Amino acid sequence: MTEVAAAPTITRTIDARGSYCPGPLMELIRAIREGQVGDVLAVRSTDSGSRVDIPKWIEKAGHRLVGVETRDGFDEIVVEKVR
Amino acid sequence: MVDRILILGGGVGGTLTANLLAKQLKRRIDAGQATVTVVDATGAHVYQPGFMYIAMGGEKAENLQKRERALLDKRVSLVTGVVDRVNETARTVGLTDGTVLPYDHLVLATGSRILPEAIEHFETEAHHFYSAEGAARLRTALDAFQGGTIVVGIASMPYKCPPAPLEVSFLIESELRERGLRAKTELHYCSPIGRAFTIESVSEMATPILEEKGIELHTFFNVETIDPERKVVESLEGEELPYDLLILVPPHKGAQFLIDSGLAPAPGGWLPTDRHTLKVGGRPNVYALGDATDLPLSKAGSTAHFEAPVVVEGIVAAVEGRAPAGKHAEYEGKVMCFFEIGDNKGTLLQFDYDHPPEPPKPNQLWHLGKLVFNKTYFHTVPKGRV
Repeated sequence: MTEVAAAPTITRTIDARGSYCPGPLMELIRAIREGQVGDVLAVRSTDSGSRVDIPKWIEKAGHRLVGVETRDGFDEIVVEKVR
Repeated sequence: MVDRILILGGGVGGTLTANLLAKQLKRRIDAGQATVTVVDATGAHVYQPGFMYIAMGGEKAENLQKRERALLDKRVSLVTGVVDRVNETARTVGLTDGTVLPYDHLVLATGSRILPEAIEHFETEAHHFYSAEGAARLRTALDAFQGGTIVVGIASMPYKCPPAPLEVSFLIESELRERGLRAKTELHYCSPIGRAFTIESVSEMATPILEEKGIELHTFFNVETIDPERKVVESLEGEELPYDLLILVPPHKGAQFLIDSGLAPAPGGWLPTDRHTLKVGGRPNVYALGDATDLPLSKAGSTAHFEAPVVVEGIVAAVEGRAPAGKHAEYEGKVMCFFEIGDNKGTLLQFDYDHPPEPPKPNQLWHLGKLVFNKTYFHTVPKGRV
């Protein structure tokens, strides 16, 4: 029997569409500050730099990148707050 | 019908907008068909870019301030008072002293405010150059500095005059060399994002200069706490930097009454502004310019300077019952500012929404240009002469 890890449930979505660098990252940082360990945050961004900058920040800040997905005209970056 | 134009804020944006409106609506104002009124909290117009030079260039606070009345066209009325609330239904602005001012066209030029107190121990441990008093205090600290570790950082974004913390780092490095203290000093520059500056081309220019000057760059450093016992500043990302002298850009917000009046969202209080028309939240008669907007541009006097003619054209067109026309029909994101590099050199950042800056090689000319601009500001910009 194979166990498949379920995708974590998103606890908060930050809609930063229309905001330009570093707006989406700053929105995520604010949400991380306000959140609890275990929260799963999704950032939606139309700024092409976000799909590079945000994962780099997540790595530096020691959180977990759950995934980056391109949706209809925007990117969704999902992160779990782990500390 | 009288067109009542009410401008909140007597900084670069508000003053220039008022003076340009007075010029263009001269006949209507003289005929009693239009009024232009500026509301300012203090009645004093302060040239804020000069604060950095109190800390770094021997500037004096008294040279950076003029009476707002003296800068305004005689056709513009000035009300000195603190705004409490905008009532959009009644089209009025209420002041804390109970005065109620009606408007037909409203211009929000309310700037940004600094909140050092938002970070615990900021006011006792950190220095800044975002007020005349703060800059003078930093100058005193620099005079007493005899070597050690200097940390320059940014507490949160957005903030006024984005190049300023880099400029201060470069100027301090030059000063320390001149004073023979450079070998005894470690310099650190902390950026909240993944590079030295928000605009990539400027970051590409500034990063090698940081390296040449031996200033260590720390990216993704978002200031979280200041530990006064250990003299350490800690980032949200888990990095710690010890300091002997800590210089931080304080957190900034928009005016509180904009949030209280439902015009701008909490917690930042930046007005949702159309990037081309400068109208606020789709309202036909409310405009914003300068630091108060949420536009992805520098919070700088230069931005307000180039936005003012667009706001003026929008209002004059509405008064005359036509569509905005000509070269100021829309704002294209133009910003221009000097950038100090140290050693009496500078460069120029000039850009708009579609054209990122291509800063020229730093030289003495741009440094002198900035000094001349600082000295001539009161005679040129607020009066619409440049």
